[in-house]
Amino acid sequence: MRVSPLTRRLTVIFLGLALTFLYAPILTNFVFSLNSDRFPTIPLGDFTLEWYRLILADALVIDAFANTVKIALIVAPIATAMGFAAAYADYRFNFFGKKLVLVFALMPPLIPLVVIGLAMLAYLSRIGLSGTLPAIVVSHIVLTSPFAMAIIRLRFSQIDGDLEFAAQNLGASNWRAFREVIIPSTKTSVLAAFLLCMAVSFDEYAVTWFVGGLEETSSVRILSFLQSAVSPRINAIGSITFITSITLILGAQVLVLRRLTRA
Amino acid sequence: MTTLISIRRLSRLAYGGLWSLPLPLWLAGFFLGPMILLIWLSFWDVRNFLLTPDFQIENWQKMLSADYFWAAYLRTTLIALSAAALASLIALPCALAISFFLGLKARMVVLGLFVVPFFTSYLVRIYSWQIYLTENGIIMKTLAAIGIDSGSLLNTPFALMIGLVTLTLPLVIVIQSISMLSLDKTLIDAAYNLGCGPRRVLFATVLPAVRPGIVLGALFAFIFSFGDFVTATYLGGGKFTTLSILIADTVKSGQQWPRAAVVALVMIATLLISALGAISYAYRRA
Repeated sequence: MRVSPLTRRLTVIFLGLALTFLYAPILTNFVFSLNSDRFPTIPLGDFTLEWYRLILADALVIDAFANTVKIALIVAPIATAMGFAAAYADYRFNFFGKKLVLVFALMPPLIPLVVIGLAMLAYLSRIGLSGTLPAIVVSHIVLTSPFAMAIIRLRFSQIDGDLEFAAQNLGASNWRAFREVIIPSTKTSVLAAFLLCMAVSFDEYAVTWFVGGLEETSSVRILSFLQSAVSPRINAIGSITFITSITLILGAQVLVLRRLTRA
Repeated sequence: MTTLISIRRLSRLAYGGLWSLPLPLWLAGFFLGPMILLIWLSFWDVRNFLLTPDFQIENWQKMLSADYFWAAYLRTTLIALSAAALASLIALPCALAISFFLGLKARMVVLGLFVVPFFTSYLVRIYSWQIYLTENGIIMKTLAAIGIDSGSLLNTPFALMIGLVTLTLPLVIVIQSISMLSLDKTLIDAAYNLGCGPRRVLFATVLPAVRPGIVLGALFAFIFSFGDFVTATYLGGGKFTTLSILIADTVKSGQQWPRAAVVALVMIATLLISALGAISYAYRRA
């Protein structure tokens, strides 16, 4: 668009302010996690690692982190595999009611978390699962697989649909064509989906809080801390959470973007 | 020969089913199932503190005639509408800057930077805002230093908007940007060639053309704000009881799940109607 340089500059400055608004809470969190004062305020106190030492000595926090990792490592492969299967099926086959199935598969992230939480809690208690780690795993797969499907489907839309049939015409079986054509061209997006699923599972607090009972993940632990009092320990756990999820999301983005820019 | 063909057909069917079925089956079992149970649950009875499957409409009658329910409904809707409007307004200049004023590389990096917060611990970010907004917080102290004395900003509508914009802004910016980036650039050039000024180009050409993106962005902001309970709880300080808080409190403090189910179903109905309305408006022929 042709606009005056001033308008252009002001708009870009506004964009910078929006980014600042979104990243300021993340940055202050890191600062206060290393600050000796019990109540987070300025001027800052001394540099300390005390809050990290405290949470690392807290058995509840350690258990919660162990649960989080365990759950994410089970959820991510299953959700990615199912998301991949659904994306591939959508790309390759036509069947009755496909649109409906797709809309349905993309719905879970759009339903309010407390509503899913309540529905899951009622359902999982009926089948005797509520309050267990499997309950959390089952719900996280529902919540993460739509993301996996979306990312991988995006990649499929860039693949020439005739390649696979060409391979078959040259005598390759379904599986051989799949192995030679589909796997090589989708493996980066599958890895990206895997990382994204881990990040979403890692961050989920609401449904986990509903169905987990006494089993806690690190996000639910943060929720419990929030309910009790202000404490720099929240900042310390928060920093660890931020670093983990930012790493996962950036990893996923680099994988997706590398593909996009190369294509 | 016929058997060979039928075997081949069978194996094709099996191949197709293997890929098509897992996710739909999983979602049928663990998403559709719970949702259907939720509907049934709203007709259950609670006898002697025990949930009892039943088919009675008392929960619906009780909730739909309760003043506090409708007060919460109105409050939640108003808050979500304001947040959606605010996030859309803030996002618009940002999306314009990303789509028209940044180079290709900068555009990718900035869009990436907006995607990150959407997936990054919302809980902790709200806690950080709590620290900013408390009486002894950074904002108060700065304001006091330049001579402005405002009470605590926490537990005010302003704090709610901060929290909900934090939640929804990244998504709205990304959706608006995608819609602006897919805009046919010759349209803009044509408008300039016909003698339109920048303002006219924006309001008569760009904005109408990206209406679907703007409406969908606002819709997503509305959906997420409508369902959120973290901001209302930790930045609203319990002063703003929303429908989500109503559900969370009911479930976490007792056995009145059927009544919570009524609230949940009213929420889903509201969101479905809003989504259908917004989508049909977004893609209506101008």
